[in-house]
Amino acid sequence: MTPSPGNLEHGTLRGDFPIFRTDGQDNGLVFLDSGASSQKPQAVIDAVADFYGTSYANIHRGVYRLSEQATARYEEARGKVRSFINAGRDREIIFVRGTTEGINLLSSTLGRQRVGKGDEVLITHLEHHSNIVPWQMLCEQTGAHLVVAPLNDQGEIPFDSFAEKISPRTRLISLAHVSNALGTINPVKKMIALGHQHDIPVIVDGAQAVAHLPVDVQDLDCDFYVFSGHKLYGPTGIGVVYGKEALLEELPPYQGGGDMIESVTFARTTYAALPARLEAGTPNIAGAIGLGAAIDYVSGIGFAAITRHSEDLLAYGTQVLTAIPGLRLIGTAAHKVAILSFVLDQVHPHDVGTFLAQDNVAIRAGHHCAQPVMDFFAVPATTRASLGLYNTRHDIDALAKSLHNILEFFS
Amino acid sequence: MNDLRALYQSLILDHGKNPRNKRPMDLTGHDGHCRCTEGYNPLCGDKLTLYIKADGDDITDLSFEGEGCAIFTASSSMLTEVLKGRKVSEVREILDKYLDMLTKEEVTPDPEGLGKLAVFGGVKDFPTRVKCATLPWRALEVILEGVDGNQKIVSTDGS
Repeated sequence: MTPSPGNLEHGTLRGDFPIFRTDGQDNGLVFLDSGASSQKPQAVIDAVADFYGTSYANIHRGVYRLSEQATARYEEARGKVRSFINAGRDREIIFVRGTTEGINLLSSTLGRQRVGKGDEVLITHLEHHSNIVPWQMLCEQTGAHLVVAPLNDQGEIPFDSFAEKISPRTRLISLAHVSNALGTINPVKKMIALGHQHDIPVIVDGAQAVAHLPVDVQDLDCDFYVFSGHKLYGPTGIGVVYGKEALLEELPPYQGGGDMIESVTFARTTYAALPARLEAGTPNIAGAIGLGAAIDYVSGIGFAAITRHSEDLLAYGTQVLTAIPGLRLIGTAAHKVAILSFVLDQVHPHDVGTFLAQDNVAIRAGHHCAQPVMDFFAVPATTRASLGLYNTRHDIDALAKSLHNILEFFS
Repeated sequence: MNDLRALYQSLILDHGKNPRNKRPMDLTGHDGHCRCTEGYNPLCGDKLTLYIKADGDDITDLSFEGEGCAIFTASSSMLTEVLKGRKVSEVREILDKYLDMLTKEEVTPDPEGLGKLAVFGGVKDFPTRVKCATLPWRALEVILEGVDGNQKIVSTDGS
């Protein structure tokens, strides 16, 4: 059943997610940590269970019916991903474990191919660790330099200061579409165009974007786009690297093993065509199918409604939270998704998190795997509420009520 | 909520809000009995420097610097208060009892000999916060072991 857009505002979608029910009753869980990982709708859980229960076998191997069915469903999921991000061809979609593996795949193939001693890799100050550390490792191995485009006080990457960081030695640009710690939406389309003016390939880390914004890789004209399934209401352990076909064709193999070969002798191995060449070993078949179901679910709601809902919750949440005395929002970019990071004057985020947990409000307290962002704002950690399809204004009210109680207790 | 409030009531209303001995210490010119070490909790970013000054077996001064949550601050503060004036040779026993109370399943809180430190036994009911209460004591452990005490950074990971 396709939910109607209006249901988002009224919280009816909450009923699609079994995590919110205990013994048939709503259990009152206020889940505000979708930025870390989102909850799963019944449709995704059913798709995974149904696959294991009725169609499971390894793919691309057996000549028997089950294996053919499994292969068809796995490849069908690839087609759903292609359509979801509007890629041109299925072979441009590579399944990986998640964003982290996707960026590591690119740093160890594209990075090794293009980056040498004295060269530069450009990222931004708001990246999470998985778009910092793989590039740092590459730079250490090759003698290249990691260059970081700076943040401003709102938590934005000003376009001009980003442009200034491009040099004749810049070989790659890798940047977040949306910041996980702050919610900032980067003007990636402009940034990509600028990279291309200098013939630099651009990788977009879409981990936080895909659940909030419609993504069209052809419109963005990015060379690579990477995201995880589990932040998009899909299973853990499945993610995607999109790459332009011509660039993917040039990449050396990432991991060696079964499925990625054409023929193997002890003297020589020849490699399979895309996408298999970059998917060594038995992949997360059920994960891909679950991701396909998540994409169906999200597409059924539609991004017009999702974006409107996200904007409404962001505006309402900003208004309610900034009215709390001593609360400072960290990240006030003009373009944001529904992520609200904040600190309280008197109470450390971990104490806040533990008290909120007692009220059945789940948030993330910590550095959000983005320590450089915390350092920039001179805070050791923040409390972060990140919202999803199942959230409503009621959840924000519950958060605010609990915060008021905490402030009273600590005062 | 009541357990949590009771736990915090006994900690933060005193040591968390008004930590004792929170100051840097100049250890230059002192011998090997005077050490400092740094502690770090990579999961939450809590950072600590713990300083100890000893005269033979007598601990003459302790202090700490660092920013973290109320449990971490109270734990650091109480460590410095409880150990001041104690013997270096007594510390190992207190340390072991404290860590056992927080990390061993079978040890019930409020064991003999921990005195006011027993209040931290309640942290065990909040497993994600145990590291906040143990970090200063892990740093102390590094100092006691005396191996490169001025350089080694203790991490709560792998502990």
